Amino acid sequence: MKYNIQLVGVGGQGVLLASTVLGNAAVAEGMEAAMSEVHGMAQRGGSVQCSVRIGREIYSPLIPKGGADLLLGFEPAETLRSVTSVSKDSYIITNTAPVVPISVSIGQGTYPPLEEILEALRSVNDHVVAIDATAKAIEAGRAITANAVLIGAIAAVKGFPLSKQRVLDALLAAVPAKARDVNVRAFDLGYQEVRRE
Amino acid sequence: MDRLLADSGRLLLLGNEAITRGLIEAGVGLAATYPGTPSSEVGKLLEDLAAPAGMYFEYSVNEKVAMEVAGAAAISGVRSFAFMKHVGVNVASDALLTLAYTGVRAGMVVMTADDPSCHSSQSEQDNRYYAKLGLLPMLEPSSPAEARDMVVEAYRISELLSVPVILRTTTRVNHARGVVDLHKAPRPVAKSTFEKDPKRFVTVPANARTLRIEQLKRMEHALKLSETSTLNHIIGTTSRVGVIASGVSFTYAREWLNDVEILKLGFTSPVPEEKVRKFLASKEKVVIIEELEPYLEDEVRRIAQQYHLNVDILGKRTGHLPRAFEYSPDLILSLKDILPVKSERLPVSQPDTPLPPRPPVLCAGCPHRASFYAAKKAAGPKGAIYSTDIGCYTLGVQPPMQCADLTLCMGSSIGAAGGFAQVTDQKVIAFIGDSTFFHAGIPPLINAVYNKHDFVLVILDNRTTAMTGHQPNPGVGREHGGIETPALPLEPIVRACGVDHVRTVDPYDLKTTVEAMKEAVAHDGMSVVIAEHPCPLLKRKEGKLTRSAYGIDQDKCVRCYTCVSRLSCPAISKDGENVVIDVTMCIGCGVCAQVCPKSAIGVRE
Repeated sequence: MKYNIQLVGVGGQGVLLASTVLGNAAVAEGMEAAMSEVHGMAQRGGSVQCSVRIGREIYSPLIPKGGADLLLGFEPAETLRSVTSVSKDSYIITNTAPVVPISVSIGQGTYPPLEEILEALRSVNDHVVAIDATAKAIEAGRAITANAVLIGAIAAVKGFPLSKQRVLDALLAAVPAKARDVNVRAFDLGYQEVRRE
Repeated sequence: MDRLLADSGRLLLLGNEAITRGLIEAGVGLAATYPGTPSSEVGKLLEDLAAPAGMYFEYSVNEKVAMEVAGAAAISGVRSFAFMKHVGVNVASDALLTLAYTGVRAGMVVMTADDPSCHSSQSEQDNRYYAKLGLLPMLEPSSPAEARDMVVEAYRISELLSVPVILRTTTRVNHARGVVDLHKAPRPVAKSTFEKDPKRFVTVPANARTLRIEQLKRMEHALKLSETSTLNHIIGTTSRVGVIASGVSFTYAREWLNDVEILKLGFTSPVPEEKVRKFLASKEKVVIIEELEPYLEDEVRRIAQQYHLNVDILGKRTGHLPRAFEYSPDLILSLKDILPVKSERLPVSQPDTPLPPRPPVLCAGCPHRASFYAAKKAAGPKGAIYSTDIGCYTLGVQPPMQCADLTLCMGSSIGAAGGFAQVTDQKVIAFIGDSTFFHAGIPPLINAVYNKHDFVLVILDNRTTAMTGHQPNPGVGREHGGIETPALPLEPIVRACGVDHVRTVDPYDLKTTVEAMKEAVAHDGMSVVIAEHPCPLLKRKEGKLTRSAYGIDQDKCVRCYTCVSRLSCPAISKDGENVVIDVTMCIGCGVCAQVCPKSAIGVRE
């Protein structure tokens, strides 16, 4: 069994943290894991991609195009930018809160309307779940837990090989003890959002 | 990070964490570096881990010094580690290539962290050629777990041969994450006694000639080690078509090729001649899979020629594989005409919705933004030649700042500015960061004074080495590993270099900064402006950022968009016709308020 997750977003959004939580959950489950991360210059507000591969006989830290079982986008335009990482049968979870790049402000490009982005995603894949993770995080009690919402959403995806509890435990190991309850709530809200689909 | 000090356990480690763990398991007594991506995390870890592990660690002022510090340690009998990014080895190469003559007494490993595809670098040079140039043994890991193992093995080889060993990694190893089982770590030897041996360590020509012969003999011994090393091994099923692979591209070949015999090379200098010869002799066709230059390929072709082997060798020289940029699983899948590749799921096609580019940018509240704005004001409508350097501020190349006309290497801003000033009548403004100034800025500044060059040098002093993850530098002093040293202030150093016209300003005070820059531009002769303000990202990390969020009075705002188009701060954007400030991003530097012609921007109540 091999399960590949491509995570994308904008530098500073917590893409690295989410990747590590998933990787640690897999190792706790006794699986192998190989991941690739982006550090350095790209983290200054640029596009960020991380790959997480878990299961057996895993060697490559990278995923071929079409090979991701799941694409998790922290930002809608970034999700669309990386959509060729999935096949028709894969799953896509995307946050709907846009982060408009500077290039748009200074007239070097336009940011498409959210509906257009979601439509484009749905035109190539039938398993798209769009979540307003920031709104859910505020509902949970703190905007900063948008990350936990998205991690909770992954745990509910059909075919995802780790149990809800395993992923939640790995998340809680990565957040400060005093933020435990709010992260549990955020995780659950994300989980329910995918289960409802 | 204490988990890296444990005696056992199974951890999911970043390549650079695994390498750090390797140092602990190898009993390394001294490590030195100058930060550079993709090697930087090793230093950040050693700041905290070196002392409890019984190791001495330092950020040296540059890579050459790091190499010299580590070289002397190993010559004195203490296992040492010098590590840097690929272009750092260019700086350190003078010391390295002579250490390749003298050799060492205790093990010494030099990590070159190469960056195929230039993720964070000005070039993707292939540093495996340094092993060839220096006749040095080299190991190339393909995963974090292998990197840890190879660190330990590299020390064994270094001591068998009494010479530094190169550990050559790439971004996809340093920044990959994988499972590593910890082994027991010994207590390192961190103190020793130097024993004099001038015939070996003082490289006057007469001694150098003897050392050269010894170096060649050493390489013969190294070849024997490479031939028998398990780091060079064959996997897969017997096949007429074979693959020779190294580094991370081996992992792609291993997963996406079917029924193929792969000779995996991990000990790649010297290349195991006999092992390669035997492998070639058993094949009709061999495909060489290695990133960047045809380093292995040319060796394989040489061996085939030398032993008159009739085997097709496919690689970069035949145009079957690319020479530029890093490899990927997709690259392996594209080789279906020459290799049996596994079938993969079909990717969906990219919808044609146009997406805005998202390059890295200067952060909200970055003091460099204000410095660039002020420099452009001072340069006036005709502008200037902006000779820039290596750091976050290289991002000043992007619009609207466009304050970058030449970037070569660490410290080049000042040397090149002298050349520009000499042969043009244009204004010349050089930018260099504080850490880069200490690294390689002082000799060219003295050169500028000595040769009477006339330009403006702006030292962007953000009180840290920001780009690589906020390492300290001499300008802020040392506070790690139980050693404390005071900060070395820049202004007296600049004056001591012979510059009389020096001013230190806070770039958040835009008016004063513009004035200082104008005076510097008008000054006849060399002038220096030190624009000092701490990196807000570091302040936030340290929990020391006191911020007041700014807002826009929509009644006063005349939609001139000066703030948006001239500053391009990520916290400021257009929302329809209106300009808005994102309170979650704004750090309250107040520079936009000083740029606004209508005083429409102010601190929110």
